[in-house]
This record gives sequence, C-alpha cells and structure tokens, in this order.
Amino acid sequence: MNLLNDPWPWYVAGPIIGLFVPALLIVGNRLFGVSSSLRHVCAATVPRGVEFFRYEWWRIGAWNITFLAGIFIGGWVAAQAFPGAGHVVVSDAARATFAGYGVTEVTGLIPAQLLSWETLATWRGALMLIGGGFLVGFGASWAGGCTSGHAIAGLADRQLPSLIATLGFFAGGLVSAWIVLPWFVGV
Amino acid sequence: MNETKRFTLPFRAALVVYLAIGVLFGIALTMSEALSWYRIQEMFRFQSMHMYGIIGSAVATAALGLAVLKRAGLRSLEGSEISVPPKVLGRGTRYWAGGILFGLGWGLVGACPGPLAALVGFGHTIILVPFVAALSGTWLYGRLRSSLPH
Repeated sequence: MNLLNDPWPWYVAGPIIGLFVPALLIVGNRLFGVSSSLRHVCAATVPRGVEFFRYEWWRIGAWNITFLAGIFIGGWVAAQAFPGAGHVVVSDAARATFAGYGVTEVTGLIPAQLLSWETLATWRGALMLIGGGFLVGFGASWAGGCTSGHAIAGLADRQLPSLIATLGFFAGGLVSAWIVLPWFVGV
Repeated sequence: MNETKRFTLPFRAALVVYLAIGVLFGIALTMSEALSWYRIQEMFRFQSMHMYGIIGSAVATAALGLAVLKRAGLRSLEGSEISVPPKVLGRGTRYWAGGILFGLGWGLVGACPGPLAALVGFGHTIILVPFVAALSGTWLYGRLRSSLPH
C-alpha cells in the first residue's frame, strides 16, 4: 500500500484521524472540533449584535478558523499531489442502491447527478445542498459539536452528552438515508 | 520557586501550526474518503464497514492519547495546562435535538463541516453552497438560541 497512490484503508485512516485529538491538546490545549469554527466565522463577519456571536473570537477562535482553512488547503493538496485521491470504490450493495437513485456514474467523491451546479436549480438538488448544509450548521451549533467534536473527541473522553449527540447524528442520518433521500429521488 | 524558563509557542506561531495540522487533517479526510457522499450513504445503509472502522479506530486512538496525556499532566506548547473540560449535560435536549437535525443534514448532503471544507478545496465548487448554508444555519441558531431548549 502506498499512502499517496491508494485510498487509505480504515485501519490506517482511523488511527491517523484519532491522533488529531492529542495533537491539538499538546499544541495549545485545544479540543478537536470543526463546527465551532462556523460560529467563529459568524462572529468575525456578521455578529449583528447577536449575543451568541459577541465574544473575543480572535483569541478564542482564531486557532479553529486557521484549522478550518488548513482543511480546505488539505483537500486541495490531496487533489493535486495524491494520485489516489478521489476515486471512491463503494460496495456492490451501495452501487445498486445508488443506481436505484438514478446515480449511474459513481465517480469522484460526490455524485454529480445529484450534487452539482445544474441540480442546484432543481428543488431536489436545492433541498439536498441548501437544506442539508443548513441542517448541518444549525444542528451542530445546537448540539454543541459535530462528528469531530462529539463522535470522535467527546466519545474518546467518554462524555455522556457526546454519546447522546452521536446517537442523534446517527438517528437523523438513518432517517435521511432510508426515508428522505429515497423519497427525494422518487424511489 | 525553582521555575525553569520554559519554551512557550507564541500565539501567531501557534496559528501556523494549527494551519499545518488542518492541512494534514484535510488530506486524511480526503484519503480516507470520509468526506465522500458515497461513503456516508454506504455507512447509513449498512453496506460497508469502512466508515465504522474509521470512526471506531479513531475513537480508540484518541481515547488512548487522552489517557496518556491526562496521566502525564503536561503543559501545552502554548503554555496552558492540558485538560479536557466536561460538557454540560443539563436537560440534554440540545444534544439529541441538535444531533438529529445535524444527522438529517449529514445524510442528505453527505458531509459534515470538516469534509465540506475539504471538498471545496478538492475542487468541488458546488459544495460552497452547503458550506454557506451551514454558516447561515449556525447564524440562525445564534439568533434563536435564547428561545430554544437546551
């Protein structure tokens, strides 16, 4: 296996991702989490007098915003320098499910037949892109964390709130994957 | 006190480190395919163990790291003592209600906040739309916060 030329198997990717938790604590006692950066970006750009966005975002959140910027750059670096990036091969079962959705081209990282600038003009594409994104932001803020902060860092620290949030993430995801999405694509 | 002069990472230098760690995390999200809509659907449909393996082994590794750090009682490079504050449970409403809403969105757009950023960087400009939508969701939460149960 070559880390540049092949996708990483789960038993390589998982431990690497897990190491980000102690790494951020060692650098600056920062708790691994991405969604707080959304709050910091709001606080930095359009606080509009909302109490939730009135705090020293630079002192508290600059680390998180630069971390987010790094993730963006990391995606770019992988696309440019890692030949193995972006060629997802899913299971046959998943491929059959996607075919049922009308997704016949399972290429790249996302299905262009559902998520693209063209589909944004359709109610289905708009609901997935705008509605989905909105719920991710609203839900993560309400829950006080997303997959990184709750499902990885919080669970690793055996925090009950994170377990509740993670079960909620999963329940919502199941409803979307089994009911909402099939309904959207007319199955 | 016999306080030896210790090295402390200045704030702005630390930001460069966080940027670099973010780059590595973006690469990890891409190469693990955890940012892929396909992988997320496959997970929720129980059609592969790939994502379960990633999350499970990530939690185990992070737990091991936390255990070592708590025992070591170190200071961080920025100078503060390393400690993980417990999250406040309260009535717990925010965790299940916010969690379910997050999950509904995750299952549709197939990416959570970190992956959204990595996907845009990867070149999928359309993901700017859910990214901005996530920011507006965050903003609206902030606006409505006082009237929501937590």
